[in-house]
Amino acid sequence: MRRARTPAAIGLLAGLGLLLFVLPLAGLILRAPWSQALAELTDPTTTMALGLSIFCSLTATAIALVLGIPLAMILARTRGTVRNVLRALTTLPMVLPPVVGGVALWLAFGRRGIAGSLLYQAFGIQIPFTTTAAVMAETFVAMPFLVIAVEAGLRSLDHRYEEAARSLGAGYWRVLTRVTLPLLRPAIFSGAVLCWARALGEFGATITFAGNFPGRTQTVPIAVYLALETKPEAAITLSLILLVVSVAILVGMRDRWLGAL
Amino acid sequence: MTKTLVAMLAFGWLAACTSPLATCAVQSCPEPKTLTIFAASSLQPAFGKIGNQFQANEVKAQGHVVNALSFVFAGSQMLTQQLGEGAAADIFASADIAHMTQVNAGGLVASPPRVFAHNRLEIAVARGNPKGIHTLADLARSGLVVVLADPSVPAGKYAAQALKTAGVTVKPASLEQQVTGVLSKVAFGEADAGIVYVSDIITSRQVDGVAIPNDQNVIAEYPIAVLNTGHNQAAAKDFVDFVLSADGQSLLKAAGFEGV
Repeated sequence: MRRARTPAAIGLLAGLGLLLFVLPLAGLILRAPWSQALAELTDPTTTMALGLSIFCSLTATAIALVLGIPLAMILARTRGTVRNVLRALTTLPMVLPPVVGGVALWLAFGRRGIAGSLLYQAFGIQIPFTTTAAVMAETFVAMPFLVIAVEAGLRSLDHRYEEAARSLGAGYWRVLTRVTLPLLRPAIFSGAVLCWARALGEFGATITFAGNFPGRTQTVPIAVYLALETKPEAAITLSLILLVVSVAILVGMRDRWLGAL
Repeated sequence: MTKTLVAMLAFGWLAACTSPLATCAVQSCPEPKTLTIFAASSLQPAFGKIGNQFQANEVKAQGHVVNALSFVFAGSQMLTQQLGEGAAADIFASADIAHMTQVNAGGLVASPPRVFAHNRLEIAVARGNPKGIHTLADLARSGLVVVLADPSVPAGKYAAQALKTAGVTVKPASLEQQVTGVLSKVAFGEADAGIVYVSDIITSRQVDGVAIPNDQNVIAEYPIAVLNTGHNQAAAKDFVDFVLSADGQSLLKAAGFEGV
């Protein structure tokens, strides 16, 4: 059967939409100070921000794996209202404006926050303005991506493999580590990559909750934002790095995402 | 469910579209022109009051609001960058000469900038000064959480100057993008101290100020200029004249600035 021809108007609107994505990328690439790029890359501010961003985003992803997989397992087991409530709570950071997340984290873990005040009074520990705060902000914003991916994986899992293992005498942990988690590997992997990418790009929650100090809380997106005012070339160079990372993720994951869509 | 949501969003959008017109309650009066003012963060309380008085004067003279004032408050360095990228504004008021010079060098200033106010630095501490901070040297104490403005921000540059004069090295916990960020970190108790302007402390009411002696202090100069990128130059000139008038100066003084 022949498919109906697409009207020109649809094509025009689609083209406009595409232009909105393509033009900013072109601007970034065309205005990049290529001759200075290497000098900008070796600038201490840039290297410190890059190092910190890599550390924070990977730590946030590791924490998300440790806490997010169990959370996804609980989510996949629940039904009805409990599940809806848990799911809404877990995915809220995905739709919440990150700066609101930062304010919320501050009110919870700041020196006068509901949990932070206890920490401060008992141990003299203050979370805001530390790298811990930057990691917490990134985990808060990025973990939902992992939870959602793993939960989807768990729901589409063929549970007969687990039942077979159990009938052969395997205990809970043995089934989990030998059967369930290996079967979930693709879901965990794509969830972790998405989570890492989101953590790497985190800005609003981090600057609100962790503040800004080079080498401690100034991650690449914050450095880009600040450098734009004083050193635009450095801002464009750092933006290009994040763009390259994003493209690399897309290319590396194309079978998983584009194939599934 | 979906229909209700769409209806609510559409209603909200329409309300948002029409709200600027709602400022003129009587249909017969002409729609106000917008006067866009880019001003340093530290000017927010003072310019709020000056703006109200400016409009009250308009109402007294013409019977209605002629110019709708649209303020953009941010760090002077951010405003300078936005102006450089082509942001349209009628007036620029900076917290230092350097950023005004930069904007002027970009050919954006319509008439020579004029200094309209001075400000000094002060240490902001929690109400009652629980940490016993009395001098700039106290800010170097270990265990104290000190927040400064970033050196690219005028307030941060001035603070660095004052600390250098006093021979004090501070390890700041965070470098904020505008002086109001420093103030809020102290006001919310996340930081023990920060260096801000005297005017910030007078208008904040949430923090106490610790004076910095004159020989260590820095006097900040605030220049203002009409820009040639705006669409409302006549009103812009009126506003600048009002800021420099006796009434404008007394409002600035009430907000903690020193006049010229």
